Amino acid sequence: MGDRVADYRFQDAARKLVERGAQRIVVVPLLASRFSGHYDHRSRMMKKMRRGLGGVGILLAAAGCGRGEAELEAMKGDVVATYAEIVHASYEDSFRAVEEMAAAIAVLLAAPSEESLAAARIAWLAAREPYGQTEAYRFYGGPIDAAGGPETLLNAWPLDEGYVDYVEGAPESGIVNDVAAYPKLDRELLVLLNEAGAEENLSVGFHAIEFLLWGQDLFADGPGRRPYTDYVAGVGRNAERRIEYLRIVTELQVEKMEGLVAEWAPNDATNYRTSFLALPRDEAVRRILVGIGVLAKSELAGERMFTAYDNQDQEDEHSCFSDNTHRDIAANALGLMNVLQGHYRRSDGSTISGVGMTALFREVDSELADEVEALATRSLRAVEAIPVPFDQAIVDPDSRPAVLDAVYALMDLGDRIAEGGSALGLTINTALPG
Amino acid sequence: MNPWPGRPAPVAALVLLLSSCELAPPPHLLGGDTTIFDETPNAFAQPAPGLERDDELHFFVGNSFFNQNWVLAPASTEARDGLGPLFNTRSCAGCHFKDGRGRPPEGPREMGTGYLLRLSLPGAGSDGGPRPEPGYGGQLQDQGIPGVPAEGRAVIRYESVKGTFGDGEPWELRRPVVSIEDVAYGVLSEDLLVSARVAPQMIGMGLLEAVPEGAVLALADPEDADGDGISGRANRVWDEAAGAPALGRFGWKANQPTVAQQAAGAFLGDLGITTPMHPTNDCTEIQEGCRAAPGGGDPEIAEDDFRKVVLYASTLAVPAMRDAEDPRVVSGFHLFQETGCAACHTPTLHTEEHPTFAALSNQTIHPYTDLLLHDMGEGLADGRPDFEAEGREWRTPPLWGIGLVETVNGHTFYLHDGRARNLTEAILWHGGEAEGARDRFVALPGELRAALLRFLESL
Repeated sequence: MGDRVADYRFQDAARKLVERGAQRIVVVPLLASRFSGHYDHRSRMMKKMRRGLGGVGILLAAAGCGRGEAELEAMKGDVVATYAEIVHASYEDSFRAVEEMAAAIAVLLAAPSEESLAAARIAWLAAREPYGQTEAYRFYGGPIDAAGGPETLLNAWPLDEGYVDYVEGAPESGIVNDVAAYPKLDRELLVLLNEAGAEENLSVGFHAIEFLLWGQDLFADGPGRRPYTDYVAGVGRNAERRIEYLRIVTELQVEKMEGLVAEWAPNDATNYRTSFLALPRDEAVRRILVGIGVLAKSELAGERMFTAYDNQDQEDEHSCFSDNTHRDIAANALGLMNVLQGHYRRSDGSTISGVGMTALFREVDSELADEVEALATRSLRAVEAIPVPFDQAIVDPDSRPAVLDAVYALMDLGDRIAEGGSALGLTINTALPG
Repeated sequence: MNPWPGRPAPVAALVLLLSSCELAPPPHLLGGDTTIFDETPNAFAQPAPGLERDDELHFFVGNSFFNQNWVLAPASTEARDGLGPLFNTRSCAGCHFKDGRGRPPEGPREMGTGYLLRLSLPGAGSDGGPRPEPGYGGQLQDQGIPGVPAEGRAVIRYESVKGTFGDGEPWELRRPVVSIEDVAYGVLSEDLLVSARVAPQMIGMGLLEAVPEGAVLALADPEDADGDGISGRANRVWDEAAGAPALGRFGWKANQPTVAQQAAGAFLGDLGITTPMHPTNDCTEIQEGCRAAPGGGDPEIAEDDFRKVVLYASTLAVPAMRDAEDPRVVSGFHLFQETGCAACHTPTLHTEEHPTFAALSNQTIHPYTDLLLHDMGEGLADGRPDFEAEGREWRTPPLWGIGLVETVNGHTFYLHDGRARNLTEAILWHGGEAEGARDRFVALPGELRAALLRFLESL
């Protein structure tokens, strides 16, 4: 599926490139007369100097393209508007997928069986596809990460599994089994216990649900193997409490996703989207770039991939219970591409297309824009080339180079995104940990 | 009438400070070129800009070891087993939540708040450091793995201390009275010395490590030769890697010379994790369960991983000051100097070559500390010697980042044991050499006190 999506997207990107080239033919004579070849034949050093000049670079480049500052501003507006459309659509897709997951989990809890557990797992995996792409909208204090925002309740990791439920060698471990300390499980309690005392003490979110569906992954050849009987009252130890626990965290997941959709919905004067669109253009562009820059370089390359690569420990992989980390990584990388290209393919197959960040880079530095596009392509291919499952790829000497290759590609992409910010006169720090 | 002998009269100062447009703003790049710009709950959790590419990547690995919980040995999680046998928390982040600051527990069952009790007997131990309690060791470990009873638990109650500002506004402080209950290894020594500690924020440690020893010693004035009422002594501690005495830089009593030794001490004492520097668990003679417990490797954190944690702890960046040009902040900065706070909370230091991380070298930094020990008076005294630090002496803690503690950690508990509930209370507890500065603060009208606090909050 990944390949098909990627191919589709690259054809589309190629089409846009051709269109842009056509526009460019019109403006080239203008620059030739005004800059007598400087623009076409400028050295790499000149380009670097110009990147360093920041705001001055915008003026030069805008003049060089025959476009005024007003047009560049208008283009920023298009980028920001496209972004808001895509963010809303992808949160909506995620919300629907999480609703479907909740329905499948409700069936599991009402009638536990091999089949209903398998269906719930498939629904969890399906929900990860749109959600993974939304991680490109993080790290700048938007609705997902704002103080009191839902991120740590939705997708925080890694999770200390023994904090939630039994683990091998500790059958009475976890909140599920701690009847004495927590006689009654409810939403307030589970939210209160999330990150209580330590960041790894996670009680809710995608990975808590993942652990409750799969259990520990103690197997080299596949994911965790939690039996459905864990949810059969009277059979699984504390099954009634586990049922209640999974029900609560699933409902919470639906509710938090719905909240994100609302924050990005159009035509709501009180939500984040409205205030985002009202920001000075440069500030909105800066936020978008921080989001993708941090995701590329720090969160994805650094925390989610290199740490696991270096430690060679599956505890460090994102979806360690379901062995779905390869898809998490691919979806994150696709999310970067969505923002760069201003293009999103919805879960129902329809598409949203507008002006992407790379197009804006192109206005101020076409060579840099080429590099960003090439690196984004390379990153996407590199992550898709990592052998599956990820927990074996990080320990198999033949597979490890593929992981490291993807790490470096994403780091470079993050650095170039920051340079794109500089070319636009903005300061982008990609080094924020998540 | 003038409460500040030898200094401008308050009215003159007031006029000067309120017309702050004449005054230079404080330097806002607190970490020099390695300053970061973040005011979010992640403000203490970012790498210093300018690290080498591999160091940038290894920072994330260090972060993972810092955040993740250690588990019982043996476990499928081989890289992270070996918790305990006795411990206070399961992860570094358990005390330094988001690389920030701990606080006293609010109830007996609260876990991982970043608070612990140091224990010792009068006199010096084998290396010149504190003399451990024979049955309990150097700190009260309030958790144990199955089969190893926790040593006991700290119970805190507070007494009220009241006073009044110069303008008549009353204040009320809380003085902690700590006791140890549920002891599991026999009666505690009668002459036991107990000192409570909260975990400080982690930022800027590598920068402080790169301040040349000579520069710190130059700030010392043990006999108060300049007669300003402020002495300042260097702590000389044992550097285990060097096998020699060294300047103490880190910890509430400046009892650790390097980031590596500080980290190794925390691994062993707080988590019960052995490191290359401390290869054996510190169970006491009578702690049989502790001595018999299985280990999680030898050492439990591998040398390479330990180095990455040290890298992480050394390179956590310092956030920039906020609102440095706000007139009240500017006034506050100058009041900070006028009242004498800056005599110990030294605004500016310079780093030299950092042996490992080039980005930290040759920086002008603004940590607001002299790294020296000062007599802070009876109110704060713990009566517990630590190398050359005496019972009334504490190291000047850096103030960079102090205004972001609330954002990062959701509280404003300050001082070594978190007794101060806000910055005002922290200032009011200052005694000993700092009494003059404190009295000047108390004498200020409310508006100027607020400006000084506004400056601190912007750090």
